[in-house]
Amino acid sequence: MSNSEPVKATGLHVGEASPGVAKVDPILKASNVTRKFGGLTAVNVEHVEIPRGAITALIGPNGAGKTTFFNLLTGFDSPDTGTMEFNGKSLSGMRSHQIAKLGQVRTFQLTKALSLLTVLENMKLGATDQAGEKILGSLIPQIWRKQEAEIEKRAEELLRRFKLYEKKEDFAASLSGGQRKLLEMARALMTNPTLVMLDEPMAGVNPALTESLLEHVLDLKKEGMTVLFVEHDMHMVRHIADWVIVMAEGEIVAEGPPDQVMKEQAVIDAYLGSHQETDLGVVTGRIDIIDDGEKK
Amino acid sequence: MDWIQILSNTVESILSPVTFAFVLASLGLAMHFGFAGLLNFGIAGFMAIGAYGYAISVLRFDLPWWGGMLVSIAAAIVFAILLGAPTLRLRGDYLAIVTIAAAEIARLLFLTNTFDDFTGSASGLFGYHDSFRAANPIPEGTYGFGPFTYSETDWWVRIFALAVLAVVIWLLWALSRSPWGRVIKGIREDEDAVRALGKNVFAYKMQALIIGGVFGAMGGVVYALPSAVNPTVYVTSLTFFIWTALLLGGAATVFGPVLGSIIFWVLQAFLTNVLPALAQEGGILESLTSQQASTLRFILVGIGLMLIVIYRPQGIAGDKRELTFVK
Ligand SMILES: Nc1ncnc2c1ncn2[C@@H]1O[C@H](COP(=O)(O)OP(=O)(O)OP(=O)(O)O)[C@@H](O)[C@H]1O
Ligand SMILES: [Mg+2]
Repeated sequence: MSNSEPVKATGLHVGEASPGVAKVDPILKASNVTRKFGGLTAVNVEHVEIPRGAITALIGPNGAGKTTFFNLLTGFDSPDTGTMEFNGKSLSGMRSHQIAKLGQVRTFQLTKALSLLTVLENMKLGATDQAGEKILGSLIPQIWRKQEAEIEKRAEELLRRFKLYEKKEDFAASLSGGQRKLLEMARALMTNPTLVMLDEPMAGVNPALTESLLEHVLDLKKEGMTVLFVEHDMHMVRHIADWVIVMAEGEIVAEGPPDQVMKEQAVIDAYLGSHQETDLGVVTGRIDIIDDGEKK
Repeated sequence: MDWIQILSNTVESILSPVTFAFVLASLGLAMHFGFAGLLNFGIAGFMAIGAYGYAISVLRFDLPWWGGMLVSIAAAIVFAILLGAPTLRLRGDYLAIVTIAAAEIARLLFLTNTFDDFTGSASGLFGYHDSFRAANPIPEGTYGFGPFTYSETDWWVRIFALAVLAVVIWLLWALSRSPWGRVIKGIREDEDAVRALGKNVFAYKMQALIIGGVFGAMGGVVYALPSAVNPTVYVTSLTFFIWTALLLGGAATVFGPVLGSIIFWVLQAFLTNVLPALAQEGGILESLTSQQASTLRFILVGIGLMLIVIYRPQGIAGDKRELTFVK
């Protein structure tokens, strides 16, 4: 991975690290949030707080309810019970675009590139408070031209960072799956968010690019943003997360700093499995057992 | 066969108010479907509301012609809000169902005997021309050349329609290249993604529905302007003819609907003239009466629509690159 180990934020929580532990400076709080689909309880979170200015990973097995929880937090779905607070403001009854306007922006697990818009248009759409997006203002270019130029400049900078600059005039539909992930993340950043929520940002991105994406995520933290992301790649989680929250069957089963959490028996049982350090071939018996000494 | 007459009739359709009405309505659909992705199958309803709004205000309430047009526009706005408010938060197909039903409801309300005093029920409305013609600045006489020879009244209708058309084309063009248009196109592609960026998707869709609806209503006004309001015009097949014109020209373009409507009417005029003549002459259409032959054109329109959707889904004026990505 990267040459220098990222600086981890510590001292985020108050007291013993356990599910629902209070944070020193929470940006997002959720209490008694439940969401049922028919008989299935997809999310049942008693209490959770997301620390401000840190990178928090939300992990858990497939179907644990991570995406559903994301949807609830961002107003794309409404909970059956419970309350949520962002920056001390209740999110109850707020619609998704209102929540986004507060500075809480998300990406989707199934990437949503706007296919028949160019890459640059995708980016520009992310910018907030555009005078030209008002119906009457849009008719008079003099009103929005200057702002448009500024937005374009910022979009191009971000595209360079995300290695998409050469593609800026292409339709987003022509991008590869990984490039679309990058575009979606870059587009989200155009909104100048305070909390960035990424649903599996690295799925399908090649290793070299993953590395530079990790750098971007770390940069976001440096710029003062808070990041909450869902990810199945444990190397990445270990490498950049300051805090890890583990979900299983809709509930939060563990939280804490990455090293600590990954040692917990509950997490190993529910998610990691006991063979995580062993080669898959060994687990499935397809290649001979290599002794530990040789492996290291 | 009198080819001169056939060609003259065909060419004449380029400047016919019906063609202009189609252009206006298909520009409205372009706003709805091409730019915002809204499936409106009730454009005929918007046109009916435009036509009746105009004729009723002038005939029954003695409004001047421009007052009647303002009433048409206001009625189209109300109609769009009524259609949009319950459906625009739901999936796209709900709007499609509601619009097709609402257009039929509007038509039947105009047709029923209950409101005969206002709507003229089955006989429709006529004789509302005085105010509009009084505003005609052109001196009496016939002007023009060849197939485009009209009286001052006919010219006045055409010039007025062209002026409305110019304003509508400018509006659609200015909106579509603005940041507002970018949001609208984003919504067409994936409204959740646009929501996640903090845009009020519902409000944008409503604005697009209203603007396109007003264009459609102006199409209805232009349709009624030179002649009468006939309830048999605003049927569901009118909606699908306008869709044909739109898809023919290119849904997500400004000039596509113009081109599509003109081609549609030129072809219609040509076939209306040539098919009965062919039937009379004998040959391949020998077994058909001239009325049957003239109905044949609708079959040809249907085949044409299928061919466009299969082989050129982005329309004549559409961006070639889009073709690669059509879902
Ligand atoms: N719209 C829905 N209707 C019915 N059930 C749903 C719906 N969305 C999610 N579920 C169910 O809720 C549970 C949680 O799903 P969710 O997508 O939140 O999982 P996840 O933790 O994001 O999993 P993954 O890691 O695979 O993305 C699953 O059992 C899923 O089948
Ligand atoms: Mg998920």
